[in-house]
Amino acid sequence: MFDIDVKRKYTFNGGIHPHLDGKLVLPKKFIQLPLPDKVRIPLLQHIGGTAKPLVKVGDTVKTGQPIGEASGFVSAFIHSTISGKVTALKKLPVSVMKYGLCAEITSDGQDDKFWVHEKVDDWTKLDKETIKNRIFSAGIVGMGGAGFPTHVKLTPGDTKKIEFIIINGVECEPYLDADRDIMCTNPDKVIQGLQMVMSAIGCECGFIGIEKDKPDAISIIGDKLKDVRNIKLVPLEVKYPQGAEKQLIYSISKREIPQGALPMDVGALVINAATSTAIFEAVTENKPLIERSMTIAGNCLNESVNIRTRIGTIISSVINHLGGFKVQPAKAIMGGPMMGETLFSLDLPVTKTTSGLIFLAEEETNRYQMKPCIRCGRCVDICPAGISPAQIGQAVEFNNLQLAESLGIFNCIKCGCCSYVCPAKRELVQLIKLGEQQIKKNRGK
Amino acid sequence: MNTVFQTSPSPHIRTNDTITSIMWCVVISLIPALFFSIYNFGFIVLKPVSIAIVTAVIVELVILAIRKKELSTVLDGSAVLTGLLLAFNIPPDVPWWLPMIGSFVAIAVAKQAFGGIGYNIFNPALIGRAFLLAAWPVEMTTWQLNGVTGATPLGIFKEKGMDTLISKFANHSDMIWKLFYGEVGGCIGETSALLLLLGAGFLLYKKIITWHIPFSYIGTLFVFGWFFSGKGILNGDPWFYILSGGVFLGAFFMVTDMVTSPLTKKGKLIFGFGCGLLTFLIRKFGAYPEGVSYSILIMNAFTPIIDRYIVQKKFGSK
Repeated sequence: MFDIDVKRKYTFNGGIHPHLDGKLVLPKKFIQLPLPDKVRIPLLQHIGGTAKPLVKVGDTVKTGQPIGEASGFVSAFIHSTISGKVTALKKLPVSVMKYGLCAEITSDGQDDKFWVHEKVDDWTKLDKETIKNRIFSAGIVGMGGAGFPTHVKLTPGDTKKIEFIIINGVECEPYLDADRDIMCTNPDKVIQGLQMVMSAIGCECGFIGIEKDKPDAISIIGDKLKDVRNIKLVPLEVKYPQGAEKQLIYSISKREIPQGALPMDVGALVINAATSTAIFEAVTENKPLIERSMTIAGNCLNESVNIRTRIGTIISSVINHLGGFKVQPAKAIMGGPMMGETLFSLDLPVTKTTSGLIFLAEEETNRYQMKPCIRCGRCVDICPAGISPAQIGQAVEFNNLQLAESLGIFNCIKCGCCSYVCPAKRELVQLIKLGEQQIKKNRGK
Repeated sequence: MNTVFQTSPSPHIRTNDTITSIMWCVVISLIPALFFSIYNFGFIVLKPVSIAIVTAVIVELVILAIRKKELSTVLDGSAVLTGLLLAFNIPPDVPWWLPMIGSFVAIAVAKQAFGGIGYNIFNPALIGRAFLLAAWPVEMTTWQLNGVTGATPLGIFKEKGMDTLISKFANHSDMIWKLFYGEVGGCIGETSALLLLLGAGFLLYKKIITWHIPFSYIGTLFVFGWFFSGKGILNGDPWFYILSGGVFLGAFFMVTDMVTSPLTKKGKLIFGFGCGLLTFLIRKFGAYPEGVSYSILIMNAFTPIIDRYIVQKKFGSK
């Protein structure tokens, strides 16, 4: 439906090229982590309702056994990621400043599989409902960071027609590298995962978007796509936030998603490259989502690596396995440096949406005092959402929420570009988040 | 591994640019023009320049102390820049107290009374100049060059016309050349378009200013000067019009002042056009030969309304 012209620049308005300053090196190595002794599996790792627990303390579980049942349409199944005994089922620290219901499972070291390894030779014979059901019961959610349940995306309703599906092969953020790794090592899984989704919703047009700074992934995927008629590779300009859903759809199709609308409203569907391989494994092997790849980066480590580990592995044990820290880090970030959240401790589990962990030493952390806006307009120039962070930030600061709303505070995608470029070091994203929260609170009254 | 880590809102990486780096870059970009001024007018110019800068810094410090603000704010370079720009906008041979009073008005009245850096509505240095021009018109319009007192090229043009002006030079192209590299009478920092352009190039390269305001400002003046500054229509001398007076100093260092100009690119183009139009109107119909500073001050007042209505297209909106 759209012809891909290699000479054209596929990009969006605004955005930044974050300076890397040689501060962090990209991973060169891939490590498969051994089975963890203990996992802590949160029952909410997605957008939607917390899964209903299916096990109690003392139960014996196998690898891949459902331990939480989707509590509604917008929710997802949670599986045990190792075999062993449930040693706790209570509220435990799950992420930044949050406690959530978790199942703690102690490994018996056997890794007995719960699921029947039903090898499907030709998945194209499966009907649409079977594919969707397998994705649903495998507990697959968007692995790029948002964690939106995938089966919900595949059920757009009767009024919306999905015209094209995009595989997001752009790393969401600078420094992250795990998706490139997946595309280079498992190109067939990524492509077939996309084909499964296409056949499940009856869509004939697929794209795989990869940024031009990943020539290895482009050449490997491009090679595999030579004989595939209805999937096209789109080489994208290198710019942050190219991997943001709205920006990616715009870069490829020139369609803009209005504020508050979903990709399906413009006929689009975006699936992360890692999610695509998980879909492939769920459909052909019945394998639930129990492990994921991620980038562990930072000069505090002996070296930056991409790893693959079971979901629920405690971060500190991951670091121990990698040989600990060379230098004591001052900041631990879950996700990327632009939108990631800082962790106060490493006693937290890896979840379905953990795309990376970044460790910064004291001298790499930026501590600035927020100064008044000097109205340089840089944030306005680079805002991918086309709003004026400077004015909105000031409006929130002076508690003029009505003005903030009329300036488009809800259009913000929280990409962090404005805070990045601000010479006055204003916490613009933070101010916008605060303003949105207050407006929502006032509406609730 | 029970260490507690720092927590902070995202993003966790930031650009190296700061207010301080921007302000000092602008100060540096004005140095070539200052050197030319010493060559053109003699070391006498260093007196008003240093008095203006020292006064600006002292006044800023005292007011920061009174307002119980952090005194280190003075190191951000904005007070030094205001003092320097004020000095650039007064004649070289002025009594010592003139730049002192100008700097005081600029910092105390135009900047700190509004809340300090970022909150001022009008360009502080230009408010200082406007105050001096209204209070001491004679001192502010006495020009000397090479020890000879005389009117500026724009003054001669306004009073006696183009022919008299050209007769002061070898010929027309000699006049344009001298106006370009700066060997004419005028304010301390405004005469050399060449060296101001050098500084402006540095600021453009450092992405501290964008082309929008200078382009629309100088472009507007060029067109209006060409169309209406001579006898009849299309008879003006556009090159003389943009090279004389404080146009280049204004276009690259005063109109582009971040705090007092609009945020969006479109807004900046409109702002530059407004300044150009007002400069032309003041030069043509006003009592003063030059209108750069007043035109900028008037347009400063329009900045909030430009920012209110000229906004960029929101992503996803029609």
